[in-house]
Amino acid sequence: MRISKAWIVAAKDMRIFLRKKYLIYSLVALPLIIGIGLPLVLHLVGAKKQALNGTALLSVMNAFSFFFGIGAGVLPIILASYSLVGEKIEKSLEPLLATPITDSELLLGKSIAAFIPPVCAIYISSIFFMGLSNLWTHNILGYSYFPNWNIGLILLAVVPLAALLSIEWSVIVSSRATDVRAAQLQSMLVIIPFFIIYILTEIGAITLDTRTIGIISGVILVADIILFFLSTKTFQREEILTKWM
Amino acid sequence: MINIENLTKKFGEVTAVDGLTFSVDEGEVFGFLGPNGAGKTTTIRMLCCLISKTSGEARIADYQIGKATDSLQIRKMIGLVPDNVGLYDDLTAFENLDFYGKLYECPEERRKENIERFLKMLDLWERKDTRAGSFSKGMKQKLALARALVHEPKILFLDEPTANLDPESAKTVRDFILEIKKQGRTIFLNTHNLDEAQRICDRIGIIKTKLLTVGTPEQLRGSLSKPKTEIRLAKVTEDLVSALRKLIPNKMEVSGDKLIIDVNNPDKENPSIISAITSTGGQVREVTQIVPSLEDVYLQIVKETK
Repeated sequence: MRISKAWIVAAKDMRIFLRKKYLIYSLVALPLIIGIGLPLVLHLVGAKKQALNGTALLSVMNAFSFFFGIGAGVLPIILASYSLVGEKIEKSLEPLLATPITDSELLLGKSIAAFIPPVCAIYISSIFFMGLSNLWTHNILGYSYFPNWNIGLILLAVVPLAALLSIEWSVIVSSRATDVRAAQLQSMLVIIPFFIIYILTEIGAITLDTRTIGIISGVILVADIILFFLSTKTFQREEILTKWM
Repeated sequence: MINIENLTKKFGEVTAVDGLTFSVDEGEVFGFLGPNGAGKTTTIRMLCCLISKTSGEARIADYQIGKATDSLQIRKMIGLVPDNVGLYDDLTAFENLDFYGKLYECPEERRKENIERFLKMLDLWERKDTRAGSFSKGMKQKLALARALVHEPKILFLDEPTANLDPESAKTVRDFILEIKKQGRTIFLNTHNLDEAQRICDRIGIIKTKLLTVGTPEQLRGSLSKPKTEIRLAKVTEDLVSALRKLIPNKMEVSGDKLIIDVNNPDKENPSIISAITSTGGQVREVTQIVPSLEDVYLQIVKETK
């Protein structure tokens, strides 16, 4: 496999993403909500009105941290579905597949394009999240809660693994979809488990410590491996030309 | 350049292409004619290593289709314009070509030179920074042609390149194909347009799942029916026709003021036919030689297979 070929495809896809306003809005809006909106909630509800004591505040901050995992699940779906179904709609896959590129190089290129922008957006928003959360909770806690091992593990393990999971799932869904929105909606099913984990954390059913995050990462990794084989099986040029289109 | 032997493609129970055997020489323009669903696009897809063959053999230059190691080599030396042009609407004309040039590993300097050359040849250079999505159908087709040529392939596969184009755009595309032909590239052209095939192609194959016939346009036109001589007279009467039937042994039809007569050798037979007419009192106004068109040949061959 030649990474250079995959990178050519990824660069082309990212250039197209930059010209689609709704993709840009999606890439900015969610990280903005997580990076600034959630700390603002902590500030307004927790710190300013003093509705939360220190322990409750820590629990909410931990739960909020998991939003990065959710965001990493959502954003790549938007890009990957657009990238794959978009090629299908523009009927550009046939000339593309007629070039000296292998199926795996093409799939890797598409995956890179759907992976890098969302993960970068999530990482940038995490800087705002940690900074603002520390700023607005320092007076209650007496110390800066972030960064810590929990959010470190979420950002370095859950985020990339969740992004990969979404991309692989999108490849499978996009093979059957003929419409970008339909593909995005169907692909969103993959983030339901992430929301369940968040809700369980909020209601105190599970504690989001490093051990739990490690287990979650392990489960996503296994799902990634399974979906990798399924998506590469789906992404075969003959399959694409005779069944996708 | 292209050698095909008994090439077959089945989709489940359906045979899309059945035992094709023919070859295309280097620098030749080979036209592939056939009705919808005849297997033309499937053949191109197999030759471009986009889909697998079910059986048979095909070689492009020294490489064998269906062999994993040869597929990349084949795709390096071919250019494809599919029936749906498949351009990236959000990229400019230049960016579309540049992307493909990079995929074909065309060095930057040569890539830029080729992009400029082909866009200028196709009157698109002034629009190089315009997004392809805003192009007309004809301009998109021209851009797709430039895209297929950006890496200077030895073989060009064109799948109905003038379908649904207005006459002016179709002519530009046809002229461009003739220009590429002059450069000595091998061109494999799928088309519905018989006039186009007749004008551009060195040889034509007619396919309807199976290959029905192959030959030069002249060979195909001469292969089926005899030439006819059409003679318009001042007046056609029954007496004149019956008198002529006695003098002319050839098959003769009467259509209004015209006589349509089958001839084997027009140069030899026409003068005696004319003198027979004048000797029986007929007044010749116009003599026209009717040569069967490629359309006649095509329709007859396809009809025979029904």
